[in-house]
Amino acid sequence: MSTLEKTETKVATKQAAGTQISGSQAVMEALIHEGVDTVFGYPGGAIMPIYDALYDYTDQLKHILVRHEQGGIHAAQGYARTSGRVGVAFATSGPGATNLVTGLADAMIDSNPIVCITGQVFASLLGTDAFQETDVINITTPVTKWNYQVTDANEIPSVLAKAFYIAKTGRPGPVLIDITKNAQLQLFDYLGYEECNHVRSYRPAPIVRKEYVEEAAKVINEAKKPFILFGQGIILGKAEQEFKTFIEKAGIPSAATVMGLSALETDHPLHVGMLGMHGNYAPNVMTNECDVLIAIGMRFDDRVTGRLDKYAKQAKVIHLDIDPAEIDKNVKAHVPVWGDCKETLPLLTELINKGDHVDWLNKFRELEKEEIKEVIHNELNPTSDVMTMGEVIKVLNELTGGDAVIVTDVGQHQMVACRYAKYNTSKSSVTSGGLGTMGFGLPAAIGAWYGAPERDVVAIIGDGGIQMTIQELGTIMQFGAKVKILILNNEFLGMVRQWQQLFHDRRYSFVNITSPDFVAVAKGYYIDGNKISERKDLKDALKTMLDHDGSYLLEVMVGKENNVFPMVAQGTSVSEIRLK
Amino acid sequence: MEKQEYTITIYTENSIGMIGRISGIFSRRKINIESLNTSPSEVDGIHRFTILITESEEVVRKLCRQIEKQVEVLKAYFNTNDELIWQEQALYKVPAEAIAEKVLVERLLRQYGANVVVIRNDYIVFETAGHREEIDRLTEELGKYSLIEFVRGARIAIIKDSAGFHTKLKQFEINEPAPDIVENEYLDQRDDVFTM
Repeated sequence: MSTLEKTETKVATKQAAGTQISGSQAVMEALIHEGVDTVFGYPGGAIMPIYDALYDYTDQLKHILVRHEQGGIHAAQGYARTSGRVGVAFATSGPGATNLVTGLADAMIDSNPIVCITGQVFASLLGTDAFQETDVINITTPVTKWNYQVTDANEIPSVLAKAFYIAKTGRPGPVLIDITKNAQLQLFDYLGYEECNHVRSYRPAPIVRKEYVEEAAKVINEAKKPFILFGQGIILGKAEQEFKTFIEKAGIPSAATVMGLSALETDHPLHVGMLGMHGNYAPNVMTNECDVLIAIGMRFDDRVTGRLDKYAKQAKVIHLDIDPAEIDKNVKAHVPVWGDCKETLPLLTELINKGDHVDWLNKFRELEKEEIKEVIHNELNPTSDVMTMGEVIKVLNELTGGDAVIVTDVGQHQMVACRYAKYNTSKSSVTSGGLGTMGFGLPAAIGAWYGAPERDVVAIIGDGGIQMTIQELGTIMQFGAKVKILILNNEFLGMVRQWQQLFHDRRYSFVNITSPDFVAVAKGYYIDGNKISERKDLKDALKTMLDHDGSYLLEVMVGKENNVFPMVAQGTSVSEIRLK
Repeated sequence: MEKQEYTITIYTENSIGMIGRISGIFSRRKINIESLNTSPSEVDGIHRFTILITESEEVVRKLCRQIEKQVEVLKAYFNTNDELIWQEQALYKVPAEAIAEKVLVERLLRQYGANVVVIRNDYIVFETAGHREEIDRLTEELGKYSLIEFVRGARIAIIKDSAGFHTKLKQFEINEPAPDIVENEYLDQRDDVFTM
C-alpha cells in the first residue's frame, strides 16, 4: 500500500489524486491532510481564490473570521498553546500580511508552531508596486523559522507539507507561505498529498549522545545542592511525565520560567516557584547558592538571569535543549545535553541515584516564608479598601480549583497572574513571554478556547492591553467562543508606571490611560458583563462570570499604584532581588 | 577575546532569499560583513557562501550556530586565515598611454603578476589575484598613474582540512545519518570548529 493510499483512507478528502484541481483546492486538501480543524483568518483581494475554495470545505474546516489579522495570528498561537497542535492563520497580501508581523515575532520568540498562508499579487505583478503588494517574504524573514513564496500551483502540496513539518518539529516556530494569486487559480495535475518527514538541510531531532547524559548524571549524583530550572521545552516536547519522574527520583527543587508554567502542577512538593524579574524570592536567590544548575528546555532569557556576570557563577551548569544555538548562548554549559527532553530525560532518570535533598529544599521553603511575610500575605490579604490584583487571582483559584486555562496580556497583571495562578495540568498558561506583546491576551484567549473548548478559558487583561485588540470582541460575538474576560483595571499602564516610580523619580510620563465603559462596550457586542470595585462583590462576581454559559466580561477596579514585587531590577543580580 | 579575521563557509540549498536570511543574522547584531561571495560548490545544487568578518571567536561561533539553525543551511564552518588558502581578485583599468609612456607601470604589473585582459587604444584592463595586502599595494601604486577604474572581488577560500561536502551531503539525504557525520560533532570539539 502506498503512502498515498494510506493517507487517502485516513482523511476524508474531496479531491482525488490524478485529477486536475486548483492551487486553492490543493491548499484545502493540505490542511485536511494535516488534521487542521480550525483556521483563523481575514479575506482580501489576493487571497480570494483560497476563500472561494474554503467555501466548499466548511463542513471540515472551521474558519473564524477575526477582526484584524494580528488577532488572527494571536488566536492561532493561543490555539497552538492549548491544543499542542499547529495553529493556522490566513491573511491577504499587503496590509493583511504586514498585520501578521507582530504575531510572527511573538510566535518566533516563544516557539509556537504556526503556519500562516498569505495571498500575494499575481506573479506577473511582483515587484511593480501593484495594489496591496508588499515584499512579505523579506519583511518576515527575521521573524519566521521558514518562509517561502509559491508562484506555481504544482509546488503547493509539497511546500505546505514542508511548512507543517518545519513548524511543528524540532524547536517549533512560525512558517509563512506566500501564494501568488495566479498559483491559487492555476489548475494542475494533483498527485495527492504526502506528509513531509525529511528535509535534508534541516535536523529537527538530534541524536542523543549517551556520554553527555552519563556525564550529566555523574554531576547530578555528586551534587549537594542541585537546582532545576524548567521551561516551555517540557511542554513542547510533551515530556511532562518524564520530567516529573526525573525530579521525583532525584528529589531536586524545581522552578519554572514564565513559559514553563503549568509543565509541573503548582502544588507539586518540589515546585519552588517561578524564576525571573518578578519571580519568587527563593528560586532567584538560590540560583546563586546551588552547586549544580540543571536547565531543561529553557533559554536563559535576560529577564530570567538578571546580570549575567553575577549569574550562578558558583554552579556547574547542565543544559538540556533541543536547539544547539541555545547552548552557551547566554550561560556557558559545563555539560550540554543536546536533544529532545522527551528522549534525554528518561535516559538521565535511569542513571541518577534516588535522592532527596530535604535540607536543601527546606532552605527554599524558609526563603518562601520570608516572601510570604513580606509580599505574598499582604498581596493576597490586603488590609486597605482597594483591591489588589493578587487577591483577585486568589479568589479565581478558589473557584476554578486550578483547572482553568489562564491567558494573560502583558504587564503587571501578567506577572501577578503568573505568580499566583494555580495550574493543575499542562498547557494551562498562555502568555506572551519573550516578546511581551500587549494586545496578545484577548485574541490568544479566543484561540485558546478553540484549542481546548472543553476547558474554562480565563483571559486576564489590563486596561491598557485590552484596548489594543478590543475589536476581537466582535469575533467572540459572531462565533461564540466562551472566553471569560477579566479586566484588572488600575487606570494606569501599570508596569511602565512602576518603573517610572522606581527608576524615574515618579515622573509619570504618559502612563495615565483612560478607559471606555468596558461593560457597555461588551454589551455593544452582545456580551454580558459586570464591573465591580468592592471586595465584598468579588467572589460572587467571579462566580457569575465562570458560571455564565458563554463569553463574559468582568472589570475589576484594583489599586492604582500597586507594585509587583519581588523584583530583580534591571542590571542587578538575581540574588539582589528586592522584596519591596 | 581579541577580534581577528574569520572566514565563514556556509553550504546551503540553492534557494531564493538565502542571502537575505543569512545577512540578516549579521546586520541584526550590527556586524559588518567585509566581503561576501556566493557560488556553486563542489556538489551539484549546493551553494557555497564565503563571508569575511572581523570579530572575536566567541561571537563567530554563536553566529555560525544561528546560521546553521536556518532551515536551508546544511553546514557552517568558521576558520582563521592560517587554516585557509584564500584569494581575492581585482581588475584595473589603466590609460594606454600610461603603460606606453611610463616604463615603471609595466614593471609594476609584472612584479605583481598582473595579466592583461583587454587591450584598447585608449585603455588596458589588467587582472590580478592574491591576498588583500598585495592588491591594496598595487592599487595604491597604480593610483599614481591615473588609474581609471578599479574593482576587487570578494574573498574566496578553500579550507585546508576539509574533505569536501560529498560524503556529508549523502548522510544528510538519508533519514538515519551516522551520528559522527552530522550530529553533535561540535560537542566533541566545542572549542575547535563548530559543526552540527
